[in-house]
Amino acid sequence: MFTTPVLDYNLLAPILIVLGGALLGVLVEGFVARVYRARIQITIALLTLAAAFGWVIKIRSHTSQAAAIDSVSIDGGGLFLQGTILALSFVALLFFTQNDHFAPQASALPGSVEESEAARSGVQMTEIYPLVLFAISGMLLFPVAHDLVTLFVALEVLSIPLYIITGLARRRRLLSQEAALKYFLLGAYSSAFFLFGGAFLYGFSGSLSLGVIRTAAANTGSNHVFLLLGVLFISVGLLFKVGAVPFHSWTPDVYQGAPTPVTGFMAACTKVAAFGAMFRIFIVGFGAIQSDWRPVFVAISIVTMMGGAIAAISQRDVKRTLAYSSITHAGFLMAGVIALSKVGLTSMMFYLVAYGFATIGAFGIVTLVRDSTGEVNDLNRWAGLAKKSPGVATAFSLFLLSFGGIPLTAGFIAKFSIFTAAYATGNIAIVVVGVLSSAIALFFYLRVVLIMFFKEPTDDTVTVAVPSFMVGSGITICFVITLVLGVYPNLLFDLANTMTTLVP
Amino acid sequence: MNLLTATIVLPLLGVLALAFAPRENTRLIKQIALGTSVLTLIVSLLMLTKYKFGVSGFQLVSSHSWFKFFNINFAIGIDGLALVLILLTTVLVPIVVVGGWNESEGGRWSVKTFYMLILVLESFMVGVFAATDVFLFYVIFEAMLVPVYFLIGGYGRGDRAAAALKFLLYSLFGGLLMLAAVIGIFMVSAHQGAGSFDVTALSHIKISHNTQDWLFLGFFIAFAIKAPLFPFHTWLPGAARSATPGTSILVLGVLDKVGTYGMIRFCLTLFPEATKTFAPYIIVLSLLSIIYGAFLAIGQKDLNSLIAFTSISHFGFIVLGIFALTSQGITGASLYMVNHGFSTAALFLVGGWMIERRKSTQIADFGGLQRITPVMAWLFFIAGMSALALPGLSSFVSEFLVLVGTFTRYPAAAVIGTLGIVLAALYVLLLVQRSLHGPLKEGNEDTHDLVLREKIAIAPVVLALVLLGFYPKPAIHIIDPMTSQVLSQVQVSDPSPLAGK
Repeated sequence: MFTTPVLDYNLLAPILIVLGGALLGVLVEGFVARVYRARIQITIALLTLAAAFGWVIKIRSHTSQAAAIDSVSIDGGGLFLQGTILALSFVALLFFTQNDHFAPQASALPGSVEESEAARSGVQMTEIYPLVLFAISGMLLFPVAHDLVTLFVALEVLSIPLYIITGLARRRRLLSQEAALKYFLLGAYSSAFFLFGGAFLYGFSGSLSLGVIRTAAANTGSNHVFLLLGVLFISVGLLFKVGAVPFHSWTPDVYQGAPTPVTGFMAACTKVAAFGAMFRIFIVGFGAIQSDWRPVFVAISIVTMMGGAIAAISQRDVKRTLAYSSITHAGFLMAGVIALSKVGLTSMMFYLVAYGFATIGAFGIVTLVRDSTGEVNDLNRWAGLAKKSPGVATAFSLFLLSFGGIPLTAGFIAKFSIFTAAYATGNIAIVVVGVLSSAIALFFYLRVVLIMFFKEPTDDTVTVAVPSFMVGSGITICFVITLVLGVYPNLLFDLANTMTTLVP
Repeated sequence: MNLLTATIVLPLLGVLALAFAPRENTRLIKQIALGTSVLTLIVSLLMLTKYKFGVSGFQLVSSHSWFKFFNINFAIGIDGLALVLILLTTVLVPIVVVGGWNESEGGRWSVKTFYMLILVLESFMVGVFAATDVFLFYVIFEAMLVPVYFLIGGYGRGDRAAAALKFLLYSLFGGLLMLAAVIGIFMVSAHQGAGSFDVTALSHIKISHNTQDWLFLGFFIAFAIKAPLFPFHTWLPGAARSATPGTSILVLGVLDKVGTYGMIRFCLTLFPEATKTFAPYIIVLSLLSIIYGAFLAIGQKDLNSLIAFTSISHFGFIVLGIFALTSQGITGASLYMVNHGFSTAALFLVGGWMIERRKSTQIADFGGLQRITPVMAWLFFIAGMSALALPGLSSFVSEFLVLVGTFTRYPAAAVIGTLGIVLAALYVLLLVQRSLHGPLKEGNEDTHDLVLREKIAIAPVVLALVLLGFYPKPAIHIIDPMTSQVLSQVQVSDPSPLAGK
């Protein structure tokens, strides 16, 4: 018999608002004259995100397993992550407003006549805003999804727009398109793995719901090969999304090729969504067999922390450096998952906020350093940046120090709490490796500080653009949050701690 | 407000005032910096009126919740050791400001930034000695590196950027090891009830031997890098060569004391068993530092490197005194920290003026200064004599105490340590001979003697060296209760005196 699904629109509203905003954006593309579009689109996008954020605050104390039958669980942890994604993407969108990041006409071949015509006519790509909103809606669904099909849908909804916008860079278009293709192909493989894993789990438990899988896993005897295979393949899909070694090889290329504001958005928000989903799947779904997957995760966390840090040392491109740094951070964040505790979840949520704002701020600053042809990503040409713009160099240094975990920045508190969580559950090896990899990572963070502050400017063509109001306020928000959370972590940590509920 | 809190906050208010001062008016900026540091000195001296002498434990305590989740407090308080080191800090900062009145000009950034960094550093330095919460200590321990990094890299000379980076990386690496240990001791305390970072509470918990060993090493290596102890010392000569004299005084005179201070405050009191396990090995390292630093000092051609290597030798003495685990040893080492601060300050101040006048750091470029600049030469001579611990100057008292304290437990170590004194005589006298005596070297003819400002700056330092040399009792009186408390926590007592044979 077919029963009508019951949907709790109140609890699903944040996701629906963002989807609605995206659809509205599509209509604007169709019906509004080109000259007004950019302004209208950015307004719609920001208002949408603000409204969704407001709604998340409104329903912050709700807990429900049946928001959409059994597919979505709304709980403290999920809502906190949704709020984080919305806040981060709001700030990230402020950097999209400089109109020269995106190809004027994505369909025109690089170097073709059409391309130069489109550039000359001053056309702007505004489709990017609805695409980003679609991606955000997928990200909002990902950490609250409670069955494997919903998870997969969310994964695709968040990924596909990202593949597209990765290829939309205005300059160095071939690099950008190559990055998009790589991202798409590897992403498709990883999605396939995810699906494959889902099939095994269905075969094992007879259900796609995480709750049923958990019960089945808890009651399984010694023969749980299919369960393990399912867990293995699901992990591949998730580890690819967070960029953990050995599934990280797309990260530097994509981060480098994508338009810089997109990179910032992607680096921060995708991590929040993917780690949120990972925590839910592995705690709620596979918590009963943690002794099977935990050692593997410990190993992956260790190689991720070390691999990212070591590979970053030899980078000369600022975006690639930040990409490897984000890989290292994925390793640290995994320590929070492995801790499998309330403190672990709290620390991970705090870490995601601290890392997210520093990342968006850092990529935002990368967009400001330019020469006549566009952004300058070669670190050697950043020499003496502090002379050209002390404020920008100081802000960038703060973000780097936060990545490095220097006290009085948010990154330090994040690192400290996640190490404490790992230590508390006996993963001392992770703490030791984490400390070593932090030491290595500090070397390349500080090298960038050194280049900016202590090297004489060698290249007069490199200038620091005066940030527009939007960009300036974006950087300021990131700066203030990084500093305030470092000096007074109670503000967010206590909130995160009260919102660690995960419905089973 | 508590006087201790005021000592921490005042320099920060000075920073705020500087932030609003016009960038071009360097005179005003220097006056603000000087005024703030003198005011801080006065406030810190007022603490002596509130401090109860002869009592162990922390005084002038105050505590505010900072990071509730992990029970972290902004908790400060002082005992005898912290008090003398805070006073050393607040005395040296105005001296640095006056003595290096012009050293901030010609830096990479403005004079204003220089003094803001100095005052931020002063606040951190007072805070790090005052912290009674291990987490707070760690935070300041790390955060204070940042102003030093910019002070060396922005206002030094030579390959200053590389020196600054090396300094920072070494210190941060040590700091990260310490972070792991800080988390470790917190978890141990959490397993035995409420987790805490309070240093007094932590000294009462029981830690298994094996855990103690690891946690001890985490703290000790961080402090050994900071102190610096052989073989963790390699960052120091570069930093001393590149930094301005004022920065060098603060780094070697105060900042490095955080290392030896931390050994007493954390390594000894928190991990008594591990202390006893590792003490013999650390004694060997400290002896190596003494001898190695002295030998390298003899061979140095660069004035600043020479002072840096003498410091490595002196830090060897301090660590020797600490890990001899006797009352004379620890009191002597604590006093040595203060004396070394003044003696290094004297060397770097006068050395800095010589370098400023001659525009060279090579010892070979000086010579015959005694004839044309008698005041400067005599002062450099006195500074040198305090470095070789001449009786009557303060270093003698502390070096003597350290050696006596060591002798009662490790006679052989004391004998080898004495060799360090002989070598000290060699490097100091060679330096004095080459730079002050002999015929006047070419290029020194126009060197003028000290001006009034410089005399004012050096006067309190010389006064301290002589006063503490002839009458060290008040300082020892302040330090002694701390020593007996530490020894009771480590559960060792002084060995009975050897029977006369």
